[in-house]
Amino acid sequence: MAVVTINDIPGAGRRQAVAPARRFSISRFGGRWLSPVVLLLLWEAGSRIGLIPERTLAAPSAVLGTLIEMAISGELPSNLLVSFARVAAGLLIGVGLGLALGLVAGLSRTGELAVDPLMQIKRTIPALALTPLFIVWFGIGETPKVALIAFGTIFPVYLNLYSGIRSVDLRLLDAAKSFGLSRWEQIWHVVLPSALPSLLVGLRYALSVSILVLVVAEQINASAGLGYLINNARDFMRTDIIVVCLMVYAILGLGADWLVRTIEARALIWRPSIVEQ
Amino acid sequence: MDARLGFSTIDSAVHQPHSEPVVRLRGFTRRFGPNTIIDGLDLDIAPGEFIALLGRSGSGKTTLLRTLAGLDEVRGQDVEVPDSRAVVFQDARLLPWKPVWRNVSLGLKGDGGRDRAEAALKEVGLGHRLDAWPLTLSGGEAQRVALARALVREPKLLLLDEPFAALDALTRYRMHDLVLSLWRRHKPAVLIVTHDVEEAIALADRVLVLDKGRIVAEERITAPRGERASFAGRLREKLLSYLGGDDHGDGVLPFPVAAE
Repeated sequence: MAVVTINDIPGAGRRQAVAPARRFSISRFGGRWLSPVVLLLLWEAGSRIGLIPERTLAAPSAVLGTLIEMAISGELPSNLLVSFARVAAGLLIGVGLGLALGLVAGLSRTGELAVDPLMQIKRTIPALALTPLFIVWFGIGETPKVALIAFGTIFPVYLNLYSGIRSVDLRLLDAAKSFGLSRWEQIWHVVLPSALPSLLVGLRYALSVSILVLVVAEQINASAGLGYLINNARDFMRTDIIVVCLMVYAILGLGADWLVRTIEARALIWRPSIVEQ
Repeated sequence: MDARLGFSTIDSAVHQPHSEPVVRLRGFTRRFGPNTIIDGLDLDIAPGEFIALLGRSGSGKTTLLRTLAGLDEVRGQDVEVPDSRAVVFQDARLLPWKPVWRNVSLGLKGDGGRDRAEAALKEVGLGHRLDAWPLTLSGGEAQRVALARALVREPKLLLLDEPFAALDALTRYRMHDLVLSLWRRHKPAVLIVTHDVEEAIALADRVLVLDKGRIVAEERITAPRGERASFAGRLREKLLSYLGGDDHGDGVLPFPVAAE
């Protein structure tokens, strides 16, 4: 019996340690998925019993069916591509300009004097408020949409790059100077890498701004793109299509975030939090 | 000079070295606004000489080091420093986004940067941390990388700015030995700025005491390193008396005088 008792004690101890964890296992496994799934089920049930009319909100099953239908017919991919091209073009211009202006203002006093006041004035004008003016200037084609996205994404890139450059550790610059690095070598080896984390924050902002602006810009008389699909669906009260498009916007946002996270994980590999993983 | 004494006070303000000095300062003065940081300083450093510069906070030793390192511009002053010089700072100041070997080879001209970095890192006992990220190094390791980064340039003048002040005592003693062996092998002139009198006595050929921008004392230590225990106590008290200067009137010694 003594042997049994001795064997039992550590066993009992283990069970005691495990028991509380098992009690909360719902929150550990699938806990975060539970409430969305319950909501979906309630939504589906509400639609089935007629509590939620289809013209108010289509049932999840109907949305899924529409999604598959639109994907197979090519309607969704082709319009998604149009929207994606708008974001890409706008980002290319906006991020490019933000980088150029941030470098000029960050690296030279003259550049700061020339650029920064203008950028601060620009900051006070919400990009979307320029929509009417851009329509007057560029008409209702692709140009105002791309221009709005570009305009909205300049500032986050500019500001974060500029402040990243200005907050460089002067002690590191001193060290680089003491080893005889030229001004350009100092910028390349010390200033720019130290501004990179801040720049990536700016890039992440720019991506989320670009999708926000895209949604509004596509309401301007578009003949293709996600916004066009939504506008059309509104006219025919096809709430299933509207919900599909909202989902695609959300996926675009998640994809943009994933992109920057991937860049960060590669570019900032030297950071201890990433190194230790 | 009394040979038994092991150290001697140098009377003349300017020591005359035998060969052409690598560093030569005459009447060097530095002011920031109304404050005179360095006041008419004369300094010669001979090739291969190991000098310790002692001084309290605000004595001007950092300013002097920055001048010798070429970090502060000197216009219209009689200052000669060699082009090949390197600095080891109190904080290692490694670029965190470059692996260790790229930090060491930073700014080296020509090919074989990695090989040269590897050789220098092996000399400081870190041949195995070539590809490590600087933020994963311990304080002592980071300082050894900083030493390797300085040595890989084969400097004529090596400037050490309180390089071991942030290290624990044991690591500090190991670093003293490492610095001495590297110095014997490469023979740069070394100027170490420190406020640790023991460190100055253990390492240097010549100890300078800087106060209010002037060199107020200069001691030459002729006894070999390792055989300095016999007079270290007396020399320390002497140096401390200069550092504690009578004319400050605050009555507080910057360093506790250890009982012998």
